[in-house]
Amino acid sequence: MTATVPPKAPTFLGLPTAPRGVGHLRGDQSFPDAARGALRDGQLRANLGHATSTIRGKRARVVAEVPDWEQLRAAGKALKAATMARLDEHLEELERQVTARGGVVHWARDANEANEIVTRLVLATGAPEVVKVKSMATQEIGLNEALEAAGLDVFETDLAELIVQLGEDQPSHILVPAIHKNRAEIREIFARTIPGVDPGLTDDPRRLAMAARQHLRERFLRARVAVSGANFAVAETGTLTVVESEGNGRMCLTLPETLITVMGIEKVVPTWRDLEVFLQLLPRSSTGERMNPYTSTWAGVTPGDGPQEFHLVLLDNGRTAVLADEVGREALHCIRCSACLNVCPVYERTGGHSYGSVYPGPIGAILSPQLTGVEDNASLPYASSLCGACFEVCPVAIDIPSILVHLRAEHVEAQEKPTAEGLAFTALARAMSNPRLWHLAQRAAGLGRLLSRGRPTLPNALPPPVSGWTRSRDLPTPPARTFVQQWTEEHGR
Amino acid sequence: MKVALFATCLVDTLTPSVAHATASLLQRLGHEVVVPTGQACCGQMHVNTGYRREAVGIVANHVRAFAGAEAIVAPSGSCVASIHHQQADVARRAGDEELARAAEELAGRTYELSQFLVDVLGVTDVGAYYPHRVTYHPTCHSLRLLKVGDRPYQLLRAVRGLELVELPGAEQCCGFGGTFAVKNADTSTAMLTDKMANVLSTHAEVCTAGDASCLMHIGGGLSRLRAGTRTVHLAEILASTEEAVSPDQKTRPAVPA
Repeated sequence: MTATVPPKAPTFLGLPTAPRGVGHLRGDQSFPDAARGALRDGQLRANLGHATSTIRGKRARVVAEVPDWEQLRAAGKALKAATMARLDEHLEELERQVTARGGVVHWARDANEANEIVTRLVLATGAPEVVKVKSMATQEIGLNEALEAAGLDVFETDLAELIVQLGEDQPSHILVPAIHKNRAEIREIFARTIPGVDPGLTDDPRRLAMAARQHLRERFLRARVAVSGANFAVAETGTLTVVESEGNGRMCLTLPETLITVMGIEKVVPTWRDLEVFLQLLPRSSTGERMNPYTSTWAGVTPGDGPQEFHLVLLDNGRTAVLADEVGREALHCIRCSACLNVCPVYERTGGHSYGSVYPGPIGAILSPQLTGVEDNASLPYASSLCGACFEVCPVAIDIPSILVHLRAEHVEAQEKPTAEGLAFTALARAMSNPRLWHLAQRAAGLGRLLSRGRPTLPNALPPPVSGWTRSRDLPTPPARTFVQQWTEEHGR
Repeated sequence: MKVALFATCLVDTLTPSVAHATASLLQRLGHEVVVPTGQACCGQMHVNTGYRREAVGIVANHVRAFAGAEAIVAPSGSCVASIHHQQADVARRAGDEELARAAEELAGRTYELSQFLVDVLGVTDVGAYYPHRVTYHPTCHSLRLLKVGDRPYQLLRAVRGLELVELPGAEQCCGFGGTFAVKNADTSTAMLTDKMANVLSTHAEVCTAGDASCLMHIGGGLSRLRAGTRTVHLAEILASTEEAVSPDQKTRPAVPA
């Protein structure tokens, strides 16, 4: 077993978070640094702006036509909260039901354990390769890298994941992993990487889809092992569910002899009936469709039909630690629709890679730091202007802005040594708690007017952190007297 | 009605004209305005930057300063939203149930300016005169936390001489976000650039809003570009009358101080 506790942890070690050195939950740059580079990429901005505004519009239209959308959201939130409150019981029930129907359940504490389990299972089949259904959990744990290290070939079959894989890139969106690429860029990747591709390939979407189809069809037909994630798992019947648009997922789920599903433990729902709510909320929020084209469900194995060997890997990787946080646990309600990404003004400009995690955007900014421990992703809770657009569209009403603010406080409170910012905020708080001190502080701020020497704005060149503002925006010259001062002088107390 | 004015720390220190305008508007409508001198800040900046423990004293000071007020009005959606949604939580988390209850009780009597005018006073025509082409930016916290809806538009439409032009992409954040503007200055600037492009596309002379902080951000960007379009708080527009608009149309309407 690998160390799962960050080295700086004080005496209470807490619940294990996602281990370092494996998977894709941590970037190698802070968000502001990564974003600085991305913001210079005009093509990225154009691609993202076009794609997110299109999906935003589609979502808004199909949500508006549901008269009881707010009740559905409330139901989704209530179901998730109730499920999380007894998560252990639901998971054990799921294990019993999957086992009773001929599946095998494995419990993985973290990314390393999950990767070891899946690698062992694939190697045992003797197959040299696996086909994959689009899955966030396996991206999170870096399963492809683990399988490749064991000498196996891994083929992503979701069109967008295929683009990312062929381009030796990283996904930048939960639902549309290649959202940062436009048609011309995708054509270039296909022309360069797909063996035997039509040399006359154009950037016509249909031609691109047909090229991918031909490339994948061959792999589906010879595949002996498939790896998938799951959107939902119904505890009472042991049913796994995958929701998709292309049908490539269903190929993987039905053609191979062995199916291995890796699922975050928060994906369980107690009853079949709960799907009624989530299967309405998810497609409208994610692709902006009334219903997604393919919903596959399966329970264990069915003799003579589909995979004859089924393994379910239940992944923790920091989720229990998230569950322990009374405020932050709501992040586990996420159904990975990515509506929050599509409306986020920060995501729309910086793109997903700036977040350094497979979970980008507003949900990523609250999920990644909780899975890894806040100190390993300390800049993410600040990667938001708290505009609230994410909360407004979330189909299970996760109060993302409040959790961001909560995680900022967790970060501040985790500092053992005083920081310059901390000292400044403490001093300011003391002043703002006492009118006499506050008036003195305001008078000091008013002296800033001396810097502007009669001009209406302060000089551009000021020391940090003010320079962060003045590099691109003017600051008004503070007046000699505050409003309260002037008022009191004119009206008395 | 006797109205206690909460200027907010930013307006009080940097743009006092907004508070003067709020006071003169309420007085013109026949109400008595008091300005408690003990006021400082609602605590929002501390809470939103992660200093919720440090914010407890700020909340306590706010509650002390406004204790006993019949109605409290602030020319800021964001500060009023913090009073409604954050203050009690801050106190409760610190184990101060008494302060939490006092903050909740005070929040029940605290209003953002446009909500106070339309919902409490029941006026949309405040008798203002403002002969300019104006576009309105619905700030995020007014829009999504307080849900002020079309109240500011109702007020602006009733202003004589004012030509109201629709702002494209109005509901997109301007990129201010408090300390976000400094901690993520590049992303904030990218958001501001798009907001300014939309503002400038309207050819409005004035961009208005219910939050001085967002206006300081948008206005700071426009002024840096020498764009000519200026930012003016909703309170300043509503306070303007034929008598109080200066003939040379300086950046701020003349409001009797």
